[in-house]
Amino acid sequence: MFAKYALGAATAISLIAAGSASAETITIATVNNGDMIRMQGLTDDFTAKTGHDVEWVTLEENVLRQRVTTDITTKGGQFDIMTIGMYETPIWGKNGWLVPLDDLPAEYDADDILPAMRGGLSVDGTLYAAPFYGESSMIMYRTDLMEKAGLEMPDAPTWEFVAEAARAMTDKDNGIYGICLRGKAGWGENMAFLTATANAFGARWFDENWQAQFDQPEWKETLEFYVNLMNDAGPPGASNNGFNENLSLFQQGKCGMWIDATVAASFVTNPNDSTVADKVGFALAPDTGKGKRGNWLWAWALGIPAGTQKTDAAKEFIQWATSKEYIELVAAKEGWANVPPGARTSLYEDPNYKDVPFARMTLESILSADPTNPTVDPVPYVGIQFAAIPEFAGIAGQVGQEFAAALAGQQSVDEALAKAQALTTDEMEAAGY
Amino acid sequence: MATQHSQPADRLTMAPPAPKPASQPAAADHQSGTKHARTAARLMMAPAVILLLGWMLVPLTMTLYFSFKKFLPLRGGDLGWVGFDNYVRFVSSSAFWPSVQATLVIVGGVLAITVVLGVLLAILLNQPMWGRGVVRILVIAPFFVMPTVSALVWKNMFMDPVNGLLAHVWRAFGAEPLVWLTEASTQSIILIVSWQWLPFAMLILLTAIQSLDSEQLEAAEMDGAPPVKRFAYITLPHLSRAITVVVLIQTIFLLSIFAEIFVTTQGAFGTKTLTYLIFQRVLESQNIGLGSAGGVYAIILANIVAIFLMRIVGKNLDA
Amino acid sequence: MARAITSQRKALNTALAWGVGLLIFFPILWTILTSFKTEAQAISDPPVFLFFDWTLENYSVVQERSNYGRFLWNSIIIAGGSTILGIIIAVPAAWSMAFVPSKRTKDILLWMLSTKMLPAVGVLYPIYLLFIKLGLLDTKIGLVIVLMLINLPIIVWMLYTYFKEIPGEILEAARMDGATLREEVLYILTPMAIPGIASTLLLNVILAWNEAFWTLNLTAAKAAPLTAFIASYSSPEGLFYAKLSAASTMAIAPILILGWFSQKQLVSGLTFGAVK
Repeated sequence: MFAKYALGAATAISLIAAGSASAETITIATVNNGDMIRMQGLTDDFTAKTGHDVEWVTLEENVLRQRVTTDITTKGGQFDIMTIGMYETPIWGKNGWLVPLDDLPAEYDADDILPAMRGGLSVDGTLYAAPFYGESSMIMYRTDLMEKAGLEMPDAPTWEFVAEAARAMTDKDNGIYGICLRGKAGWGENMAFLTATANAFGARWFDENWQAQFDQPEWKETLEFYVNLMNDAGPPGASNNGFNENLSLFQQGKCGMWIDATVAASFVTNPNDSTVADKVGFALAPDTGKGKRGNWLWAWALGIPAGTQKTDAAKEFIQWATSKEYIELVAAKEGWANVPPGARTSLYEDPNYKDVPFARMTLESILSADPTNPTVDPVPYVGIQFAAIPEFAGIAGQVGQEFAAALAGQQSVDEALAKAQALTTDEMEAAGY
Repeated sequence: MATQHSQPADRLTMAPPAPKPASQPAAADHQSGTKHARTAARLMMAPAVILLLGWMLVPLTMTLYFSFKKFLPLRGGDLGWVGFDNYVRFVSSSAFWPSVQATLVIVGGVLAITVVLGVLLAILLNQPMWGRGVVRILVIAPFFVMPTVSALVWKNMFMDPVNGLLAHVWRAFGAEPLVWLTEASTQSIILIVSWQWLPFAMLILLTAIQSLDSEQLEAAEMDGAPPVKRFAYITLPHLSRAITVVVLIQTIFLLSIFAEIFVTTQGAFGTKTLTYLIFQRVLESQNIGLGSAGGVYAIILANIVAIFLMRIVGKNLDA
Repeated sequence: MARAITSQRKALNTALAWGVGLLIFFPILWTILTSFKTEAQAISDPPVFLFFDWTLENYSVVQERSNYGRFLWNSIIIAGGSTILGIIIAVPAAWSMAFVPSKRTKDILLWMLSTKMLPAVGVLYPIYLLFIKLGLLDTKIGLVIVLMLINLPIIVWMLYTYFKEIPGEILEAARMDGATLREEVLYILTPMAIPGIASTLLLNVILAWNEAFWTLNLTAAKAAPLTAFIASYSSPEGLFYAKLSAASTMAIAPILILGWFSQKQLVSGLTFGAVK
């Protein structure tokens, strides 16, 4: 009896000792998105549970990317955890720059991670970054304006219908624009949207031999459709609008429809920030009847750079931040609509979450995205709104500027495509394809 | 005034390259002092010169080294020597010449605006008025604002076509708001950067104007010379040296502006300067070799501009 | 009559100058005002100028999210440290250039300035590797050194122009009295050059405070100054003009206040030898 007690006490003491002896301070680089800011605010919960402290380096997306890429390629070792996306993870994982996350404990339930997310963050079946939240893209639309236009949004619309509705909803005199789409140059901005949309139009970045395809009619159709639609029914200055700008336009009630990341759904339905919170409907991203929808797949994930001295503490943090418990913690404090979406299957089976208006459409969008088979014609790359090769960010950044200039009317669609074709060919040659 | 006189004289005595010690008895005393001073002078200059030499040579050597390599961090790093491939590729890219042009247009535009407005503002602030100290504070304030912040403020709160203040002004006059960063992208950047640098130009020019002999101006006024003539024949020549300084210093800073573009257009719509192009090559494309070659071109461009400046305005710096 | 005209002209000058001054200052004023609005008021149409419900909420939100004090402290150390270090190195150099000029003085000066022309982005990778080797990443000392090197040419040049204006006779007289070189620099030149040194100091603190490439790219959590602070508020998800304004105000306020208090020194000294 006594011995048992003593043993128990000893174990408890040794556990505490182990816990406190290994208390560390980990440095985490993250993006200044709402869900991450919330995570930052909940750090105390993590510290209370594990004894580890956290230093946050919160940066705007472009600066973050530049910062973590420099650090990982030079093995600078400044961060113990980096917030990265579905584009970086497979490339870095393949280079051996990330610590594999294949030994997470059973209670973490790694199999609960949505298969699409898991697939996009793994190399050869090994997980290299755990999804903090995941997203696809979908249509968010104003139910009142749609009604006013005498139309009804189907669950799975075509581009033809969306364009018709956009033109019908537009009322420029009153500052209502039928459709808000990304136009700001950047591989993660307009090119994410256009690449995904081009898939629905049957276009592709490269053929099986890595030849650029911007000289093909499908791209011309995509870009012309987009430019014409935005000219007729888009907001002014659309070529400077990225995710943030469109979000604020929609929240201010200036957009009839907005096709963008599913995570935006919780922002546009939040009455604190959005003037149209109770008038938003959701639908799948449009198609053109060719068998692919223009909805992408993305995850913001937490990865551990190889070479950090604090792998164990970093793993503990990732387990905490991407766990089911974390979701419950946020739900308890901020409500179910504000939990990080799109990462775990169990979230969508939770009865509490079923009442959230955008839950079903978000899940359907994520499930219908297939990064390994993104286009109508076969392609040699993986990824829907990007091609997971190291050169893509650089090339798409430049192509995005040409397309933005076409949207702004500073050059024709043909000119933009010709330049895109030339520079992509050039860069791919330089990279040795 | 005494300095002006003694310095060139001093310099003249030391001008002959071959050291001819104490050939002039009259100067013997001075010479020995100078000799001692010169040794000390070298020692005193050494830390600054050595440090800057290091700061120049180490990065320059490394840049040159990388520029002859195929160096792709995401594809395994060092992929061997490639000779002048990177140099050829950098220039033959369709973005190269437009970027040189954008650089020159932005630098030139900002220089023109800051110098012209700086002169006018300096003249204005030199006039008698009430509350000059406060006005001066208001005018120099933009110089204290970090480039990132000023770009963010201009982009979001002024140039935004929907919520920007300028859009409200346009609409108040019944006009369609200008989409600044698209329709007038280069001009917008010039505006933002000029706003930041105008105080600097104004300050230097103001100090110069204050040193202007007011009797000369009054005499000219008595003679009935109109203001424009007084400005053209007295004030402007007096300011030439200050203008030179403004142009020289600002050029050095303007050639490397980055934050203003990064925050606003990210190089789209013809605002991709050479610095920004290099940034894209290094950080977006992760092509260190190509970016390094671009860095070497940027140094060459900077030096061409510098030599050009010296030729045109450099003589003002003597005296 | 003449008096009337002058005072009329003075009034006109005053009105014009105040108008221009307020116009130039307006973006800063607007930012400060916006930082006290709610998010909804910040984007209200038509814009509200003064008559809104002033709130400090944005500041408390920003403070809650980021440890402003630490960023501020890092900025002070980095900007101040690099400037002081730079002046310590530059004073002797500028002295020798001003008082013992050789035919190469001007070349050396221009060469020093030309070191500023190397585009920072082009050498980020090599410098980053170097910093890893030297263990200087995310350290204040590393940034102090880099910013000192960046601004050293400007410091040398400014000091040089002030020193040149000090009449040589005074030095000669001192030498006659048997002053050593050290005494000459310490007791005669330096006091005379105080105004020049002061404005050099100020200008370089401003330049170092606002440097946003190296300070952002060579730091992580420990040494990050206010430029990194602002990078966590630029382009957030959604339109947060009021919070962005609050963060902006917090980032620029210290240097703005310093500049205002010392503007006399800055103004009187900022000549770069432009005045003869």
